[in-house]
Amino acid sequence: MTPLLKVENISKFYGRRIGCKDVNFDLYPGEVMGIVGESGSGKSTLLNCLAGHLNPEIGEVLFEMRDGAMRDTVTMSEPERRMLSRTDWAFVHQHARDGLRMNVSAGGNVGERLMAVGARHYGNIRENAIDWLGRVEISDTRVDDRPSQFSGGMQQRLQIARNLVTGPRLVFMDEPTGGLDVSVQARLLDLVRGLVREMGLSAIIVTHDLAVVRLLADRLMVMKDGHVVETGLTDQVLDDPQHAYTQLLVSSVLQV
Amino acid sequence: MSDYNFAYLDEQTKRMIRRAILKGLAIPGYQVPFASREMPMPYGWGTGGVQVSAATLTPADTLKVIDQGADDTTNAVSIRKFFEKTAGVATTEETGAASIIQTRHRIPEEDLREDQILVYQVPIPEPLRFLEPSEIETRKMHSLEEYGLMHVKLYEDIAKHGAIATSYAYPVKVEGRYVMDPSPIPKFDNPKMEMAAIQLFGAGREQRIYALPPYCKVVSLDFEDFPFEASKADHACDMCGATDSYLDEVIMDDSGGRMFVCSDTDYCTGRRQAGHIGAQAAAASAALEETAV
Repeated sequence: MTPLLKVENISKFYGRRIGCKDVNFDLYPGEVMGIVGESGSGKSTLLNCLAGHLNPEIGEVLFEMRDGAMRDTVTMSEPERRMLSRTDWAFVHQHARDGLRMNVSAGGNVGERLMAVGARHYGNIRENAIDWLGRVEISDTRVDDRPSQFSGGMQQRLQIARNLVTGPRLVFMDEPTGGLDVSVQARLLDLVRGLVREMGLSAIIVTHDLAVVRLLADRLMVMKDGHVVETGLTDQVLDDPQHAYTQLLVSSVLQV
Repeated sequence: MSDYNFAYLDEQTKRMIRRAILKGLAIPGYQVPFASREMPMPYGWGTGGVQVSAATLTPADTLKVIDQGADDTTNAVSIRKFFEKTAGVATTEETGAASIIQTRHRIPEEDLREDQILVYQVPIPEPLRFLEPSEIETRKMHSLEEYGLMHVKLYEDIAKHGAIATSYAYPVKVEGRYVMDPSPIPKFDNPKMEMAAIQLFGAGREQRIYALPPYCKVVSLDFEDFPFEASKADHACDMCGATDSYLDEVIMDDSGGRMFVCSDTDYCTGRRQAGHIGAQAAAASAALEETAV
């Protein structure tokens, strides 16, 4: 099996300060990778480098295109990269308002990606949008409401629907449950886990919440001060942490 | 001759504007930035169109200015007077007799010829502006031909109103490449944009010029199941009886009386002179005859 994404020696600096340094990993189709670490550990920097929002100084991000060839998305031309981020990639922001158009109806938000790749039949776009709203448990009576009339949890689910409607192969998630209360978090996680399994998605999830990765991630990467300090299967890393920082992280979680 | 340089602007400024116009004609639908000057009128009154007209005028030209199709409204009258004073060119109200026509929000009903130029006044040249506030982002979208967002606007229209409710400034795609704002002309005029005359668009406050060369392909955006429709009031002109012209609805009294008249005053006058008469004009002249008897 060949990896979907191959990350080689990614380093990003902010002046003389380190964003992230020498990150290497492979992501295989259908695999969910968690990146954990405290605030400022470089996990969001890394995610933004992978998703093409930031330009890393060193390193390659090789992505398997639909024709099977591995292409470096760092040196790829901008139109190609933007095309990827509309089709094969999805990015779920921590704050739904960063990923949604707040003055466009829910249906329009979901339909935007379809129209961006050339859908020009209103009936089909709308049907697709309603279908996707259903899949993220939003009633079809809300299809013409604006996201500003939605609760935080609904906005986040709408953002997920908007991203998955074009059938991407790789999803980047930046703290998808941040700012939601625990019961809403649990339902969202349940939903995401279902969608990931059902669609065979690969995903990279950045979070500081260990419960999220325990539920969703197959593999885990622990970051501190821009460096990867430990990697391994999720259960292995969480149940038998080797690095001192990982041990601290795991023991900081309150066991209820 | 007046104390002004010909057509108010100095020669260097006119050269700069002409370069922008030529670039615009070479890349149909592309918004060319230009160093818009302050004009002796407020923004929103056609400063862009006036600068384009000034750069295009020659002493031999005949100028016509219309505002919403009419030759006799404030905006049209003052711009016409402005060029009478600063350029000393001949002016006319007849579409056929003009070589340059500056317009606000209409295209004349009469077909334009190859030796004519139509200059539009444009308030907001960026068709994507209301959905994407960032200029950097919209420029990138134009350069990468990412126009999905334009259809999101039309989608919202249908979702809200059951049909594409945008009735003016209806976005068009030029020569299969750039999406362009045709200025706030009614969508009834959109099909007319594939014409023999040169069309120039000037936005003074926003500092943009764009252009359509003659016979340029201009397609109004739509959905397969909601095709574009050039709509107008379903009525004939009450003055001249025309059924093919764009109509203004005029409220006549407090008891619901109204009439529909051609928004193109020159077209309406021409038809009446040729003997055509509309329903209310006929009724009025019949009433006049009765009182005379």
